[in-house]
Amino acid sequence: MANLFKVLVVDDEPGMRSGIARILNDSTITLPEMKTDVCFSVTEAESAEHGLELIESQKPDILLLDHKLPGMSGLELLVKLTEKKIDILTVMMTAYASLETAVEATKNGAYDFLAKPFSPAELKHLMRKASSRILYKRQAQSLAEEKKKLRFEFISVLAHELKSPLAAIQGYLNIIRDRVSGEDIGHYDAVIDRSLIRLEGMKKLIFDLLDMTRIESEQRKRDLTDVNLNHAVKKSVDAFALSAKEHNISVHFDVPEDLTIKADVLELDIMINNLVSNAIKYNRPGGKVDISVAEQGPYIVIKVCDTGIGMKEEEQKKLFKDFVRIRNEQTRNIVGSGLGLSTVNKLVQLYDGKISVHSEFSKGSCFTVELLKNSHQKTKDESESSADKIMAKTE
Amino acid sequence: MKKKILIVDDDTDFIGQLEILLSNAEYDIDKAYSKAEAEKYLDNNNKPDLAIVDLMMENTDSGFALCYHIKKKYNNLPVIMVTAVTNETGFQFDAATPEDKAWIKADAFLAKPIRFEQLKREMNRLLGN
Repeated sequence: MANLFKVLVVDDEPGMRSGIARILNDSTITLPEMKTDVCFSVTEAESAEHGLELIESQKPDILLLDHKLPGMSGLELLVKLTEKKIDILTVMMTAYASLETAVEATKNGAYDFLAKPFSPAELKHLMRKASSRILYKRQAQSLAEEKKKLRFEFISVLAHELKSPLAAIQGYLNIIRDRVSGEDIGHYDAVIDRSLIRLEGMKKLIFDLLDMTRIESEQRKRDLTDVNLNHAVKKSVDAFALSAKEHNISVHFDVPEDLTIKADVLELDIMINNLVSNAIKYNRPGGKVDISVAEQGPYIVIKVCDTGIGMKEEEQKKLFKDFVRIRNEQTRNIVGSGLGLSTVNKLVQLYDGKISVHSEFSKGSCFTVELLKNSHQKTKDESESSADKIMAKTE
Repeated sequence: MKKKILIVDDDTDFIGQLEILLSNAEYDIDKAYSKAEAEKYLDNNNKPDLAIVDLMMENTDSGFALCYHIKKKYNNLPVIMVTAVTNETGFQFDAATPEDKAWIKADAFLAKPIRFEQLKREMNRLLGN
């Protein structure tokens, strides 16, 4: 899809204006790095005063501005635009290509400089640079806006998720206070249990949230070392031994003794812990959890399978997003924050890996995580092509 | 004979609490945890004396759709709609004016968290006690 940029030429020489219009109106510039074509529609003005009017009424994308004009000069127009906070990519043109004018113009917000006389090739070269600058800037802006919107959505869902257990507990406490079921405290066992479950869920949400902020926070340095996977899995299985025993679930793992991965210990722990605790939580009493880790080409493949409640196909699709919880008869009393798997998913990306699930309703689920064995140290933003990076690239 | 109340809400705790409060007030309670479950209940020709329906369940307007379904099947069955929407957004519904009644097929609207006394008053009014 081609982008049409509006170009305004401000020059008191009619020949210069029509020459530029002729060259640009007929040309299409291909920007392979942006995977797009650019073409131009040119408007002309013979003075800075008329130019300013057109800028305000037509909002052109690019301004080709002569330095020496009758009346208001090019530099004065630049200053006016800055005062009026009008954002337009400006290229100064002048026959007196002196260093001082160039410096002065750039100081006042001009993007680049074109020395007269110039060839059509020089003009096109500059327009190519200017166009890709504009497109990069737009892309960066929409990315930043998208990020802001996602943050806002996250916070509003989070507020809801924190409020709903409080409302439930409040309701239960009112029932107890009003002695709705009589004076015998035994009548309130179910009410108290349910309150505790909701409290536990809220606590879990806060812990998961802390995990997530720790990963996403800029402060934390990732520390990639060789981590023994057998030890990592054993550590996790031990951590959940008690809750496995409570639900009478047997946990087996099969991990070669000396298998390692270059990973950040905290990140690896969060991934394994989430998968193992899910396999126990969403299991049935007397069920099984099987964990296996193996090397496959450049990848480490971690597989965690349970004999639990499983999922329907439409439920599986939503699974790795923030705050998604599968709600049904079976999950009603299971504590979860809806952040666990989405956090795992985010971490997996840092290892150039992927996460997938194979599940059969009421039979069980198998989660597979593939991580690059030797992923290189990278910063947080590297995988999400941040706005700053795009901006830096254009310089 | 005890009156039968249908409660439809995807919030387990809300249903649990109403169940405790209403069983004590001499009602029989039937429960449905989604619009789909409630519709199945109606399709099996169950007929409660009154329904309490949450607005947002599977979809943001599940409650409206379910109300419509209920009224189509049992035109005289009173429906009380409950919602946290008012509390969370400030957007208020009411089923008091004729214009609202034309499109909201509920007989009363209560904001969550509901006050039990108010709920009981509405129930008594609609059940003709």
